[in-house]
Amino acid sequence: MPGMYRHRVRKTKGRISGQRVVQLISAVLVNGYLIGFQKGKIFTGGTKAVCVPVLNCYSCPGALGACPIGALQAAVGGMTRHVPFYVLGLLMLFGVVLGRVVCGLLCPFGLVQDLLHKIPVPKWNPPKQVDRPARLVKYFVLLVLVIGLPAFAVTQTGVTPPYFCKYICPAGTLGGGIPLLLADPALRSLAGGLFGWKVLVLAAVVVASMLIHRPFCRYLCPLGAFYALFNRFSFFQMHLDEAACIGCKKCEHACPMAVEVTKNINSAECIRCGKCKTVCPTGAISSGFTCGTGKRGEPA
Amino acid sequence: MKSALKRSTVLVLRYSLLGAALVLLAVGLLRQEHLEVMQKAVKICLECIGIG
Repeated sequence: MPGMYRHRVRKTKGRISGQRVVQLISAVLVNGYLIGFQKGKIFTGGTKAVCVPVLNCYSCPGALGACPIGALQAAVGGMTRHVPFYVLGLLMLFGVVLGRVVCGLLCPFGLVQDLLHKIPVPKWNPPKQVDRPARLVKYFVLLVLVIGLPAFAVTQTGVTPPYFCKYICPAGTLGGGIPLLLADPALRSLAGGLFGWKVLVLAAVVVASMLIHRPFCRYLCPLGAFYALFNRFSFFQMHLDEAACIGCKKCEHACPMAVEVTKNINSAECIRCGKCKTVCPTGAISSGFTCGTGKRGEPA
Repeated sequence: MKSALKRSTVLVLRYSLLGAALVLLAVGLLRQEHLEVMQKAVKICLECIGIG
C-alpha cells in the first residue's frame, strides 16, 4: 500500500532544495570574478589554466576557469593541432569520478534551465518516438562540431573556428556575449548577424526550457554527451534497492530527464539531480560514491 | 554469476578509465598544454560571444 509510506517523502515545497543550494554555490564559484561584470572585462589570473567541469564560457566576465568544450576545440583546431591530452585527461577525470552529477548539480546553465522550467506555462513531454532519437543529436554535436570539424576542416589561416561555440553555445551568449556587450560599447558596435543568430538560439533554448525540462542537456550539450559515456562506470552511482521498491513509479514521473529509474537507474541520461530520491516513498533510492566493494551502485 | 561478472567488468573499466585519465593529464601537463589553455582563456573569444 503506497499510502503507508506517505509520511516518509521528504518535503521540499516552500524551501530551497539541496540540489538548488549546490547549484547556486557552484554557479558563484565558477563565476566568482564579479567585478568583471561591472567592468566588462574578463578574469586573466592563473586559474584560467584549469578547465572547470561545467559548460561555462571563459569569456564570461565572471569566469575563473576555462570552458572544457572551448578548450577542446581550441586544441584540436588551433595552429598547433594536436591531441588535447590535458583537456581530455581532465574531462575523463571529471567523468569517471562524477559522471553526470556535473549536469545535475554543478552546471550553471543547468540551473538556468531548471529555473526557467519553474515558470508556470503549459509543459510538454515529448513522445518517446521523438525524444529518443533527438537525444542522439548531442553525440553528433560532440563528434562533428566539437571534434571533427575543428580537427579536419581546412581554412586559409590554418586555424578553424570553434564551431559549437560560434554557432550554437547558448551558455556563451548568456554568460559571455550579453554581459560583455552590455558593458562595452566598442564590442557592441561590432555585433552583427552572428550575434543575432546566437541570441535567436538562446531564445529558442529559453522558450524550450519553459516547456520541456532541460532541453539543452537532453538534446544538444556536447559536454553532457561526453559525461554520459561515463555514467555507468563513474565512482558516483545511483542505487535502487529492489526489495524496498514498491513500483509506484513516482521516481519516473518526477525525473526531469525522463529516465526509466526502476529499469535503468544509472542510465546515460541520468543527471543525478536526486529528484527520484526525494520523491521515493520508501527510501529505496540512494546515491553516493562507491569504490566497488559493495553491489554496483551501492554507495560505499 | 553473470551479475558478478558484470560487476567486475564495471570495476575494471572504472579503474582503467581513472588510470587513463591521470596518464593523459600528466602527459598534458608535461607538454605544458595547460599554458595553451590559459593563453586562450584569458582573451575574449570573439566567436564564443557571437562577434567574429
